[in-house]
Amino acid sequence: MKQTLRPANLAKRILMSEYFVLYLTIVYLIVLTPIIPRLWHPMNIQNVLSNMWPLLVVAIGQTFVLILAGIDLSQTSVMAMSSVVGAVVMTSSADPVLFTKSPLWGTLLTDQGGLMASSPFALPVGIAVMLAVGLAIGFLNGFSVAIFRMPPFIVTLVSMMLFSAMAIFLTKSENIRHLPDSYLQISKTTFSVVSGSLVIAIVLAVIAHMVLTRTLFGKRLYAVGINTTASQISGVPTRKTIIAAYMVSGLCAAIAAILYSSRLEMGRPTLGSTLFIDIVGANIIGGISLAGGKGKVTWTIFGVFFFIILANSLNMLNLSFYIIDMVKGSVILVAALLDVARNRIRKAQM
Amino acid sequence: MAEVVFAYKNITKRFFGVHALNNVSFELERGKILGLVGENGAGKSTLMNILGGVLQPDEGEMFLSGEPYVPESPLDATCAGIEFIHQELNLFTNLSVAENISISSFPCIRRTPFIHRRAMQDSSRKLLQSLNLDISPNILVENLSPGERQLVEIAKALSTNADILLFDEPTTSLTANETENLFAIMRRLRDEGKSIIYISHILSDVQELVDDIVVLRDGQVMGGGPIADFPIHRMINLMVGREIDNVFPDRIPSIKDRVILSCEHVSETGMVRDINLSVREGEIVGMFGLMGSGRTEFARMLFGIDPYKEGSIVVDGEPLPKHNPQESIKRGLAFITENRREEGLLMDYPILENIGLVSLPDYSAAVTRLVDSKRLFKRADEVASSLRLKCNDLKNQKVKSLSGGNQQKVVIGKWLLKDPSLLIMDEPTRGIDVGAKYEVYLIMERLASEGTGILFISSEIEELMAMCDRIVVWSQGEVMREFRREDFSQERIMRIAFRQDIDYDMEEKVVVNGNE
Repeated sequence: MKQTLRPANLAKRILMSEYFVLYLTIVYLIVLTPIIPRLWHPMNIQNVLSNMWPLLVVAIGQTFVLILAGIDLSQTSVMAMSSVVGAVVMTSSADPVLFTKSPLWGTLLTDQGGLMASSPFALPVGIAVMLAVGLAIGFLNGFSVAIFRMPPFIVTLVSMMLFSAMAIFLTKSENIRHLPDSYLQISKTTFSVVSGSLVIAIVLAVIAHMVLTRTLFGKRLYAVGINTTASQISGVPTRKTIIAAYMVSGLCAAIAAILYSSRLEMGRPTLGSTLFIDIVGANIIGGISLAGGKGKVTWTIFGVFFFIILANSLNMLNLSFYIIDMVKGSVILVAALLDVARNRIRKAQM
Repeated sequence: MAEVVFAYKNITKRFFGVHALNNVSFELERGKILGLVGENGAGKSTLMNILGGVLQPDEGEMFLSGEPYVPESPLDATCAGIEFIHQELNLFTNLSVAENISISSFPCIRRTPFIHRRAMQDSSRKLLQSLNLDISPNILVENLSPGERQLVEIAKALSTNADILLFDEPTTSLTANETENLFAIMRRLRDEGKSIIYISHILSDVQELVDDIVVLRDGQVMGGGPIADFPIHRMINLMVGREIDNVFPDRIPSIKDRVILSCEHVSETGMVRDINLSVREGEIVGMFGLMGSGRTEFARMLFGIDPYKEGSIVVDGEPLPKHNPQESIKRGLAFITENRREEGLLMDYPILENIGLVSLPDYSAAVTRLVDSKRLFKRADEVASSLRLKCNDLKNQKVKSLSGGNQQKVVIGKWLLKDPSLLIMDEPTRGIDVGAKYEVYLIMERLASEGTGILFISSEIEELMAMCDRIVVWSQGEVMREFRREDFSQERIMRIAFRQDIDYDMEEKVVVNGNE
């Protein structure tokens, strides 16, 4: 018993703990507080949170695919497509000067706005279309991976290129404004903290957690991720499971698109284009293994939290964009190294 | 007095507490071919892996020309002049013959990093000529026949001037002519002073080729000496004989009339040919054969993992859809695969997750698909204790921390949750200790008495003879013969599996080959 009190053992226990990243974030915050007191300014807290919710949502989707030992590079393009398509449906007016060259002009998009322009159903229809875009692209990815047995990296890389380009093509690279007020309300904050985004993200996290830990689909997802052959022999519908995971990933990206474009008050064809590193980086920092079979929603939450705090604090130190990215990259590298170290310790303990 | 080139002295090796090798000693003399025979799992590969530096022995020593030999890696073995010619060829099919032969030491132009292509081709050509192989050194290996590839592999081994050559089942993919040519080359190498260890299941080949023989069983040397003292029937007796009593529980036949499984004319090119087979309620049907005789392949088709071209499989009077394991499970089939680590278990996950995997849908709610963990745990716990699974904590203990026998019980357990009507067991006792084997047999006996039909694949003939109501003997993708329990004869079954059906006599075997 005495052994556990020794500092080396304590360090090892903290390192091996599930909450390691959370501890790290707390320590980081404590250290930073005297250096950057503005960190705790309500405006900054509001800023941090409004950055965090959409990233959390999209990262949770990625977690599903990572558990499967896959990867979804196309999430950012799902976000762009959802954002554009949803905005086209909901917008109440479009500027002819900007949009006459768009292939949608005159049919789906006019100077009177989109199909549901000014209709009371604009919000539900717009959101439904956005989610449908996410599910459809996710289905395409999952279908290619599961049925044609193509490598997830190639499949999602191609759909990332395809749909990012398509989002830009549809709008000729213009942002679509004049979205319904009800839509913009989703990301409006009251008391600095509470917002629709918060509610959506937390509800989604809870549901995702339940799905992964308590449902048939979740259990099967882990099984397929750790050993596809054994799962198949045990009667797990491996293909359906794979397709479903990619659809979850697409769906989450679409929900994130709702949160982002509500905050930006526009449908944006380049939405999320720089976000991929943040999504996968947060997952890796949280401890979700790229080798599959391992991951929890709580880990993703810790990873996202740490990543957002890191980015925010670096911003507040007035560091340049490049420096921030270099630091972010290094942190992801260290996280990956830590994961290797933790696995080694775990093996040695066996 | 012949010079001893290599010697094993009291080699012992255990895997997870199970003896793979137990106090093995024998010697290889210069200029001799030594045959090494034994059943699957007798310890041949372990011995060779120890010789090759892949594994380290737990106890015992090895001597190379009288000096202690302690290889720590395959590289050490190569440096010591030991080369392996494997059953599965280790050639790079995308490279040329010459590149394959020189892969471990490319000749370079002076001190530059550029490969001296001319020198490489010349030395390769010389080696190929010495093996009577008339091919260009520049041809890609992917364009060669299996026999030619085998010879390239030998050329590669000879290129390092190896002293000791080890052939592990080199003839499995060769034609009769290629085999003859290979044997001629091996004899010539022997006469040139090389020492050879030859591992094979084809006992007549062993008898024809080798000078000395060592027979292994259960990791122990059962006999050895000049081949003249070991006619084939003596080899077989030594390979399979077992003295231990009470290894098997009593079998009370409990066959009912209802036919659970019947297969008719099942065929798949290159795998199995015209298989007819039936299993009745409460019946244990054994499938005996050598590795690669088609038993596992057939089991996989039956369970729906792999497709088959012709024939039909009927379960409980209704045809079973092809290539659909989920449907097979619904229809009451269960499949315990031969390699539990890769295909049976999620090694990194807790016992409960493994036991529950197959029957999860039965424990999940209709719409929400939420799994009723409590009910699942209760049932898993019942099954675990009925199997006498030794573990601390179903929910948290990882399967990989269990012993082999207990891992196997987890695999059996996950199927028992489904109450299967036909249980396919592929080598269910491989790699587990005698006590655990006995428990597996007890479980089989219990299931059969409760009406489960069992299809029992094994390479251990004694367990089949002890447990089965019928034994179906396989060879090269075909069912050769069926034996009823009252007709069981170890020697006759073995002879049929080895296709030594006609006679022990060598000349007869040549005739059989000629007819093929």
